[in-house]
Amino acid sequence: MAFLHIPNVRMAGISACVPRHILENTQYKFFTQGEAEKFIESTGVERHRVANDDTCTSDLCLAAAEKLIFDLKWNKSQIDSLVFVTQTPDYIIPATSCILQHRLGLSEETVAIDISLGCSGWIYGLYVLSNMISSGQLRKGLLLVGDTTLKPCSFEDKSTYPLFGDAGTATAVEYDKDADGFKFHLAVDGSGYSAIIIPDGGYRNRVNLSSLDIKEFEPGIKRNKLQTVLDGMNVFSFGITKAPESVKKLADKYEINLEDVNYFLFHQANKYLNEKIRKKLNIPIEKVPYSLKNFGNTSSATIPLTMVSEIAKDLTTKKLDLIACGFGVGLSWGTVHFTTEKLVIPEIIEY
Amino acid sequence: MELNEFIKNLANTFEDANPDTIKPDTRFRDIEGYSSFIALSIIAMVDEQYNVKLTGDDIRKSVTVKDLYLIIKSKM
Repeated sequence: MAFLHIPNVRMAGISACVPRHILENTQYKFFTQGEAEKFIESTGVERHRVANDDTCTSDLCLAAAEKLIFDLKWNKSQIDSLVFVTQTPDYIIPATSCILQHRLGLSEETVAIDISLGCSGWIYGLYVLSNMISSGQLRKGLLLVGDTTLKPCSFEDKSTYPLFGDAGTATAVEYDKDADGFKFHLAVDGSGYSAIIIPDGGYRNRVNLSSLDIKEFEPGIKRNKLQTVLDGMNVFSFGITKAPESVKKLADKYEINLEDVNYFLFHQANKYLNEKIRKKLNIPIEKVPYSLKNFGNTSSATIPLTMVSEIAKDLTTKKLDLIACGFGVGLSWGTVHFTTEKLVIPEIIEY
Repeated sequence: MELNEFIKNLANTFEDANPDTIKPDTRFRDIEGYSSFIALSIIAMVDEQYNVKLTGDDIRKSVTVKDLYLIIKSKM
């Protein structure tokens, strides 16, 4: 069982950066009469942010990181670890974390790695980075997490395009010998790998002439094989089962009283699915913030973005007991329990 | 699990379906108001009422109400 307690690390701050350009879900032509309203009611997504053609996930994360480093008053020469989590990197090779070390002006003596995960990515990235720092051999780390999920989505696919949004985030983690750190439950089920997939473009199915053929799967769903396929039913069935189970497992293992937790930060999949999870765990609605309405499902960025956009005031002024749970593409999922005290959180940045 | 009880629960996932008009051999996709969203409601209902994990593939390979019922029963 993948239960992991990583002590002697603390979260110092979080920032988020979203593209300036807003698209309203009432505007799309792929929705038939009344369909947009139904979509908004069930998913909770009214609008979303879309990055322009020149903007990559790394640009959004870079802007978020620069502002956070400035507000934390960290000296860049002290930062010795960088984990970048995304499924929309700058290039197939090299790893984007290498480029980010240079663009951020960090020391050559920095450990920098990429992780390819989506909905569960912030949880896994936090595990890897906090584990790197926990022994005290590395001291200050940046967890840069985000996606420009709309880039690989077909503009003519009503099952993906109106749901997702683009965002980049930065989370600062540092060594603290007195900190209790983070407690994780992490899990994976690769039998569900095709539930969210871009079929072509990797090395299993290399780009070929037919990769760009556009096929209509049903009215309002047209895409090619370099675009994201979302099997909504399988993801839903997975989410309502595994997310609450993971939270319960973590609570049982570490004897966490769920009533003592101030906020539950769930990956923002869609409102209907997330509300099922909340109700299964009997959590009052005021403890479960949502950023879906204005930002949509921003893949790996949903949890830190929700913290910055919805509960920054409490995070910056209070001591809080938190549980965060990410679940999705992979299929991969994980839950973390931690406390925060007066986090540094800059205003949300528009790029 | 009784078939009649399942039909009542299934009818409740639709906005205004009359359980009396739904028979075991009814094609559930032909019930007025069926949509991809109703498919999710069916998965949620089966999870809540029967503690059974119905997958997208289970729904896709089912045609009639009884097909769904039998899959759920086999997973109990």
